Amino acid sequence: MIVLGIETSCDETAVSLVKDGATVLSSSVASQIARHAEFGGVIPELAAREHLSAINPVMSKALELSGCSLNDIDAVAVTNGPGLMPALLVGLSFAKGLAVSLGVPLIGINHFLAHIYGTFLDSDPSILFKHENYPMLALVVSGGHTALVLVGQDGNAQVVGTTIDDAAGEAFDKAAKLLNIGYPGGPVIEKTAQKGDAAKFDFPRSLTGRSGKSLDEKNRFNFSFSGLKTSLLYHCERLGGGEKLEGQLLYDTAASFQEAIVDVLRMKTLDAARFFGVSSVILCGGVACNNPLRERLEATVKAPLRLFISPKKYCTDNAAMVAGLAFYYIKAGQVDNLSVDAYARLPEISRVPFCIS
Amino acid sequence: MTPEKFKTYSESDTEKAAFRMASQIPFGSVVALHGNLGAGKTVFARGFARGLGVSQVVSSPTFTLVQEYPLKNNKWLYHLDMYRIDNYRAALAFGVDEYFEDKDAVVLVEWAERVAEILPENLFIVNIRRIEDDTREITVEHPAP
Repeated sequence: MIVLGIETSCDETAVSLVKDGATVLSSSVASQIARHAEFGGVIPELAAREHLSAINPVMSKALELSGCSLNDIDAVAVTNGPGLMPALLVGLSFAKGLAVSLGVPLIGINHFLAHIYGTFLDSDPSILFKHENYPMLALVVSGGHTALVLVGQDGNAQVVGTTIDDAAGEAFDKAAKLLNIGYPGGPVIEKTAQKGDAAKFDFPRSLTGRSGKSLDEKNRFNFSFSGLKTSLLYHCERLGGGEKLEGQLLYDTAASFQEAIVDVLRMKTLDAARFFGVSSVILCGGVACNNPLRERLEATVKAPLRLFISPKKYCTDNAAMVAGLAFYYIKAGQVDNLSVDAYARLPEISRVPFCIS
Repeated sequence: MTPEKFKTYSESDTEKAAFRMASQIPFGSVVALHGNLGAGKTVFARGFARGLGVSQVVSSPTFTLVQEYPLKNNKWLYHLDMYRIDNYRAALAFGVDEYFEDKDAVVLVEWAERVAEILPENLFIVNIRRIEDDTREITVEHPAP
């Protein structure tokens, strides 16, 4: 079965063809990051318009790369939330039109669950169907989200922790802007940090109970990065302003800042993994491209706990994860009709189709 | 009306001030929240939402542009952030004006200066300024009666 997936929840316009949920025939992505770079951030209006003009050529390219024609498509899958509403609607309307014209089923896909599923693309999705891997804990970390999702073998995916202010990717973006080193923040901070000493400056680890403040139990698995950003601002002010930092001082600052984020993500994930007694941990989402984060998790998640890290090419937004996940909804008979809507916010509990019982 | 001006001396002070303001504000109001990075906008927004009865996490709308919170009696709190919006035309393309016009909602908007052209008249303006470490000066301008 060949599913055509569409993803337009934020910056990327992406179309992909995936066979039987696992074999990626093509994955075409038009990223708008380069165009936005000069503005120091994503410009949403541009994003929505760009999706409109990009979606047709991106689909043509995906079809061409896969060697398939539209007649080979058995179903259309599309991200319908959470995300930027105007951007989501471009993809959703396009998908509806396509499904109607081809006379095939339409499946709306939760962007979060797609990221989790993306970890197993091109590898072995059967991992998702083995008892011994459940419960699973996924750290989904990107520009807009930082969340811990507990996936039980009963098919319930529950958000057990989330950021109470800024997402980790947003913290990277705002820090890079403060340091005047470019956009997107994650890659430029990582690059700048390579020459730095991560232990040089002590940035706060919010909501870990290590900053002198006692930790409220309800925030045990939540994240907070707003204070870290403020702390970086004060740090820069003490040193004469962020845009003036250069050389070793800049490298050490970037390294120490990155360390604070990686450290919190690692600590919270491990704590939640123990608390919920999970069997495996999944790392996915755009910030999962960050090498120190990948390495640190690899070094600290020890057997019998299993660790699955998303391949870098499926960390950032793509449509292969959307088409791949949709296969299992179709198999379970859970297809949508044309009244399916887009939603901006993440529901607290979602149903996954890759459950066992 | 002369702007209110007062100081807060801790995060929890700022949160309480926002809570009080929100619990008295009429629906249909728009509140522009100004303050530099680190001034305490996040803390203010959280207190403001709590004052309207929101118990959910109040997370940053920077990436999503808008966070919508349902309140009692079919009312809403819309928390907007125009940080990534270039100008008012971009905001209009996104229907931001519809949020401002909703009489059953209170709107809290950060970086409102980017869309000054489309801000309504019933506008409260809150300025938070860091004086030193934990001390903030908060100014609240009320709309003309």
